[in-house]
Amino acid sequence: MDWLEGCVVTSSIRGTNLLTLDVLDDRAIVEVLDTAELFVEVNQRTIKKVPALKGRVVASLFYEESTRTRLSFETAAKRLSADVLSLAVASSSVKKGESLRDTIATIDALGIDAVVMRHQSSGAAHQVARYVPHVRVINAGDGLHQHPTQGLLDAFTVRQVLAERAHARGPETGKELFAGLRVLIVGDVRHSRVARSDIAAYTTLGAEVKLAAPGTLLPASLEGWPVSVAPDFDEALEWADVVGVLRLQRERGTGSFVPTLAEFTATHGLTAERARRLRPGTIVMHPGPMNRGVEIDAAVADSTAAVIERQVSNGVPIRMATLYLTVTGTAEEATL
Amino acid sequence: MTYLLRHGLVVGPDATRVADVLVRDGVIAAVGEHLAAPAGAVVIDAEGCWVGPGFVDLHTHLREPGREAAETIESGAQAGALGGYCALVAMPNTEPALDNVALVSFVLDKGARTVLDVAVAGAITQGREGRHLAPLAEMAHLGVRLFTDDGTGVQDPSLMRRALEYARPLGVRLAQHCEDESLAAGGSMNEGVVSSRLGLVGRPALAEELMVMRDIELVRLTGGAVHFLHLSTRRSLDLVTTARREGLDVTCEVAPHHFTLDESACETFDPHFKVHPPLRPASDVAALREAMRGGLVDAVATDHAPHAPELKDRAFDEAPAGMLGLEHAAALTYEALGGAQADPVRFFEVMSRGPARVAQLRATDSRPRHGAHGGELREGHDANVVVFDPRSQWTVRRDELHSRARNTPYDGRQLTGRVTTTIARGRLVVHEGKLV
Repeated sequence: MDWLEGCVVTSSIRGTNLLTLDVLDDRAIVEVLDTAELFVEVNQRTIKKVPALKGRVVASLFYEESTRTRLSFETAAKRLSADVLSLAVASSSVKKGESLRDTIATIDALGIDAVVMRHQSSGAAHQVARYVPHVRVINAGDGLHQHPTQGLLDAFTVRQVLAERAHARGPETGKELFAGLRVLIVGDVRHSRVARSDIAAYTTLGAEVKLAAPGTLLPASLEGWPVSVAPDFDEALEWADVVGVLRLQRERGTGSFVPTLAEFTATHGLTAERARRLRPGTIVMHPGPMNRGVEIDAAVADSTAAVIERQVSNGVPIRMATLYLTVTGTAEEATL
Repeated sequence: MTYLLRHGLVVGPDATRVADVLVRDGVIAAVGEHLAAPAGAVVIDAEGCWVGPGFVDLHTHLREPGREAAETIESGAQAGALGGYCALVAMPNTEPALDNVALVSFVLDKGARTVLDVAVAGAITQGREGRHLAPLAEMAHLGVRLFTDDGTGVQDPSLMRRALEYARPLGVRLAQHCEDESLAAGGSMNEGVVSSRLGLVGRPALAEELMVMRDIELVRLTGGAVHFLHLSTRRSLDLVTTARREGLDVTCEVAPHHFTLDESACETFDPHFKVHPPLRPASDVAALREAMRGGLVDAVATDHAPHAPELKDRAFDEAPAGMLGLEHAAALTYEALGGAQADPVRFFEVMSRGPARVAQLRATDSRPRHGAHGGELREGHDANVVVFDPRSQWTVRRDELHSRARNTPYDGRQLTGRVTTTIARGRLVVHEGKLV
């Protein structure tokens, strides 16, 4: 990607932090997807637990309310036998005026191997990584910047669906199913950390990505982004193999970026009528939580084209893979 | 006390010459070759160094009253002296704001007890709230010559027009922080390629340029005088160039961080690189350097903005904007003017003469509280003198700075050029690079 010129690109997340997908190459991403595939099997067992992170401590530090991501990460950590420290900072330290540095220092003093962190500010995970260099930091969403595990689980879900159709196992396919794959991402790209991670994941694996959004909901500059903007949403729907619908981030003041929600739905909502333009086999995705009736019609969300629940269940193995790879470091170090 | 500065390159307004400078009883007693050292004189070897009028900073946040944990008038003055400054203009965005005679007097009185001259910029509007004019005439009577709501600009064009009309007969200048808040609000770095990728809300260049444009037109309308604080874009400088050509009374300053750092520094999300106006693209950095060399820029001003460490330990968008400047401004200016190719006359123009002119601290201005700054080193002039060694190499260490705060963006950066001696108000306050 142009924007990464000069940046260090990582070929594996083993033993490192996972802060952004921007710096991962295709091998690093495929490694996570393949590892997650192993954990899918674990999640189907009666006893859904492996000792991979036994004795390790994973803290979850959520500055922003989140039910699904937090549950998903904590479930993943527990299935790897890690001890989980769960901190509801949103309601405690921050209100008492504690700085980011002090909060992480306090948690670090309890003895942790990794911290899973969600924060309303872009870059907060990068800062924490500087404060505690000996702890692995996993970004669970930072402001408008990145949501790496969402990008990974979206790519994982797409590969899983396409592999099933090809009667293949995901790991056998590597990244080949992404070659020339046409992905349309629609909605509030400007305020979406999911979009930024999805774009990195899909394009690194070889897919072609187009964006569709009202002019105000595109980033201020797309210079260097490995994407193009679809001039016509309806035509782009016919083009797409995958449609990633973004949540309209009303809590981020998106309201002032579009005249009305109704107009947004009329121009960029995936309505039932519009969904008829989709080719058979096109995969519809949404990172949740959905504003049904705004960016996606209920009927579309519940249709067979949608893989939204699958995205949620794939969250666990992807996060298991992420924790496993970042915390254990080398392949020899851990046993499954 | 008597000091003899030996064999320095004495930098005048037009030319330089190697000479000795004798300082006695608060004034320059003689400038010439091979001056004899009077008995008891401290002799300072300035061989290979530049000797000129002490630096003047048009833009220092001394934080007192209100935020003494970050800086005090005294600690800021010490940091300033180490940076080669003999006069600082204290910005009024303290808590409460310097918007009346009592508060201005407080700062002037405290400033008088420091090692250098502290002048005050008063607020344009009461409480810096941008609604009602502050008592500019009363403050002007105390010697205030610059007024600003710095931290934010005066947003309301009608109020800015009234302020210019009111200020004009007082012989004072209004200094503007140019950022249109309706465009910049909520932003924490330059809007563009980098902010879009990092998911940080941007402050567009247009927010600055639009206010520069507006104020130039208001100067045209009112016949007033405006000083543009910390200009950061090529377009802003172009606007000033045109306005000057048209004979309008506009002056401008640039800040070291804007001509030595670009927006890519924000990639690390380190809040030490957060400042308003924000760090711009490299093309703007180059434009600022050109304007410094070319003579458009009246002053390098630090925008020294101390913040208590815990405030910079927050997330990028939640941390306050601003960075330290006093102790490394001279070296950064030297670098931007071309390092070994830098013109010493131009260097002292932007570090001393220009800012002294804008602040009306020149030798010819009669001021009750302050000495004369930015003048020639000539017999009888007030002894505000700095010795700058352009060969000295040093590394900025956050923990070795003398400001109370630690928020330098240059930690670990290697710099060339250092102030070795500062004589302020005729007293040796910095000797061999250390406070006396």
